[in-house]
Amino acid sequence: MSDVVHDFTADKLDWRPYITPVVLDGATDAQRAALRETPSNTKISDYVLVLAHDPQSLGERTPLFNGIMYARGGLARAERELGATAASVYNRCVYCVSVHAGRYNQLAKRPDVIEHVFKGEARELPARERAIVDFATRLSACPPAAGSAEMKALRAAGLSDAEILDLVLSVAVFGWANRLMHTLGEPFRGEKVERAK
Amino acid sequence: MPDDVIAALAGAASNPAVAAAMAGRSELMAASQASYRAVLSPDEPGGLTHQERHALACRIATLAGDAALAEHYRAGAGGSALADPTLTAAGARERAMLRHVDLLTRSPREATRADIAALTEAGWQTADIVRLSQLIAFVNYQLRVIAGLRLIGGVA
Repeated sequence: MSDVVHDFTADKLDWRPYITPVVLDGATDAQRAALRETPSNTKISDYVLVLAHDPQSLGERTPLFNGIMYARGGLARAERELGATAASVYNRCVYCVSVHAGRYNQLAKRPDVIEHVFKGEARELPARERAIVDFATRLSACPPAAGSAEMKALRAAGLSDAEILDLVLSVAVFGWANRLMHTLGEPFRGEKVERAK
Repeated sequence: MPDDVIAALAGAASNPAVAAAMAGRSELMAASQASYRAVLSPDEPGGLTHQERHALACRIATLAGDAALAEHYRAGAGGSALADPTLTAAGARERAMLRHVDLLTRSPREATRADIAALTEAGWQTADIVRLSQLIAFVNYQLRVIAGLRLIGGVA
């Protein structure tokens, strides 16, 4: 399909599945519980409807993912989004990259950082961002390749153990998300949208 | 079976730095353990038995270089050869499954719609494709959390 996006971007993209999502009208009680339908029936994404084929795993995954990205304290949200973006760049999940690069840009207002990450130029980043991106990239490898050098750089940049664990969790949960989003569907451009500022 | 697989494999009981880090995110550690149960021992396993799931998790941990995690999963694998990345599988359905496990573990960036088509052509139903995908994705999450905690604890 000519509208499939293959390059990294912080623009808003759409996503279409390779397999048929659960049809909400015919959903089982277990699926509805996992989807946590709101009374106002706001639109549920195709991605979540695909995952609803296995409602028990979806039901447990949602609060874990939300906690990792949004729970109070620990690593700043922008830096969790940076770790998520770096992991998603490594795994080449264009859709995940688009969402989380966009969120980083909104939070940190430093689009130069994301541009360097898209080009694989972590060496051009300031020390703290470089340490985060290097760690995220290496932890995402198989076998995971983050080691004492990456830990030393994180600690030299001032991250506490609590912040490092939040970074580990963000990178690890994007290893999870990328392996779903990038393998079960593809990103495409829907209507023309403004480039995310 | 440990109450918390991640704590056991990361050595929380003998490493105060690991224990402290995990205590600071205890809800997320509990949620990780709940996801582990949902994916390895679900109430409705569908087309993937509990033993098959443990064997595939053992395989994933082996591919990712975590021998201790692989041994944890081997205990629940019932001796299944699916756990061994060096052995080839007999039937088309199993071959497609193992190909997908290995691809998504080692190089998920290379996955395309053709890989899903390969599963469908080998007889995989949609719901089981999702179950398999969640299993692979979760174990890859879990082994990275363990690796990161070991680093925090100063253990290689």
